[in-house]
Amino acid sequence: MSSIVLETHSLLKRYGGITPTNDVSLKVETGARHALIGPNGAGKTTLVNLLTGVVEPTSGRISLDGQDITQLAPHHRVRRGIVRTFQINQLFNELTPLQSLALTVSAQLGISRQWWKPLGSDPRVAVACESLLKQFRLDDVMDQKVKLLAYGKRRLLEIATAIASKPRVLLLDEPVAGVPEGERQEIFDTINALPPEVSILLIEHDMDLVFNFARTVSVLVNGAVFAEGDVASISTDPRVKAVYLGEGQHG
Amino acid sequence: MSAVQTSLRANAAWRWWELALGGVALLSLFFAGSHALLLNEIAILALFALSLDLILGFAGIVSLGHAAFFGFGAYVAALFAKHVMPDPLVGLAVAMVASAGLGALCSVLVLRGSDLTRLMVTLGVAAVLYELANKLDWLTGGADGLQGVAMGPLLGRFEFDLYGRTAYAYSLVVLVLGVFIARRVVHSPFGYSLKALRDNRLRATSIGMSVNARLAAVYTLAAALAGVAGALLAQTSGFASLDGLDFHRSADVMLVLVIGGTGYLYGGIFGAIAFKLLHDVISAWTPQYWTFWLGLFLLVLMLVGRDRLIRPWTWMKKR
Repeated sequence: MSSIVLETHSLLKRYGGITPTNDVSLKVETGARHALIGPNGAGKTTLVNLLTGVVEPTSGRISLDGQDITQLAPHHRVRRGIVRTFQINQLFNELTPLQSLALTVSAQLGISRQWWKPLGSDPRVAVACESLLKQFRLDDVMDQKVKLLAYGKRRLLEIATAIASKPRVLLLDEPVAGVPEGERQEIFDTINALPPEVSILLIEHDMDLVFNFARTVSVLVNGAVFAEGDVASISTDPRVKAVYLGEGQHG
Repeated sequence: MSAVQTSLRANAAWRWWELALGGVALLSLFFAGSHALLLNEIAILALFALSLDLILGFAGIVSLGHAAFFGFGAYVAALFAKHVMPDPLVGLAVAMVASAGLGALCSVLVLRGSDLTRLMVTLGVAAVLYELANKLDWLTGGADGLQGVAMGPLLGRFEFDLYGRTAYAYSLVVLVLGVFIARRVVHSPFGYSLKALRDNRLRATSIGMSVNARLAAVYTLAAALAGVAGALLAQTSGFASLDGLDFHRSADVMLVLVIGGTGYLYGGIFGAIAFKLLHDVISAWTPQYWTFWLGLFLLVLMLVGRDRLIRPWTWMKKR
């Protein structure tokens, strides 16, 4: 049996009368390919914000490797290996892809506070950037300002930036949102190529992608875990079909 | 060497025009002549603007009260020379450390909030210091300014002369050192992290950087540089006054940066030259109405754009 890397214990978040996260107890195993699905407004993004520490829970706990991280600041969680991508690109527009990645790699190596040596003076930075740029096919645009890049390239940089942080738990918030059909598979191939011990939590709308990629699925409805199980059982669960998969036929 | 390494190294490499600028600065020492006093003012203003550029152009912190550190540095340097010892270099170091301390204290106030909040907070700090300096007249001389500051010779050898030759050489060397330090800093991982958090604070946090610690660090550094600029003014003029803390000084230095451009480190220098020359030329011609022409210049600069304005050959081309 594999070990649990990230776990939430009765996590609850309340904004006034709204409860976007309601008593969620989620277990992410080491090396998981875990998908989080649910209709719009199910509380998927709030859950990601709770996990990354951007939002504080009303009650409940979050633990990483069995250690309580509920009170840990967001940047400390990143250093412990919880890394996310954003549904809407969050990039450094005035930097180049190379500079963005070099900075991210420096942060990962713990040398981003150096204030006297030039960026990239550590040879490890160049080595890591080179392979990332190649892997995400950004090498031809590495010296262009990010704001001038085409959408597809920006999307790749979004994912590359997360990978550059060497995640142990990677939270992918709709990684292929807005990416043309033909390029989606490439992004997933890259994600699939991550080391098997990296745990991935995927938040996604596209059911085909979820069922191709994930081994475990949690269905979130109205802030609570509605169903949980392996892909086969979830995809055939009549209740899930009713609340979620059937949604498309009505709307 | 791989393309990636080459590109990373090219970021921090010296450009030809930077070296040319250094050459011009060196030459200006020998040909300053009767303009040394004006050049001294330019060098001091350039250093002051450089310090604002570090927080505004790189870290994205807007400030309308940067004179707080300038004036504070000036008073510290003047008081130190009057009451402790007249050596300028020791005084400069003391003013720098004191201003850094004040900057570190004030940095807490600019960590959070929108641009408007920061404008008001920085404005408020400068106003508080201004009235404190006004009220504590037993210490600062109040509205009359701190007089009777006698500076010792620089390095024990060079007396400050009436023509400002020593003063200019002193200020210029300090400016060059300031640019050199700032240049190292902005090309370091720390410097890039400032640009990163200016561009996208959320992402900067998401790659594992503590935004607040970095903002506090750069604010402290900028305060130290501004304090040094103020100290230079007090030492080379033998005088410190409320004028150093006045709102117009905070506004002027912002104008200087707007004229010269932010975020590439030399905007303060070019802006200070343009600002002081404009001031000198226009006020010689029409002393009372110089702000009219300055205002008009700003409007043209903003509407036409700096890139276009300094390239006259593009004016007639269609966009």
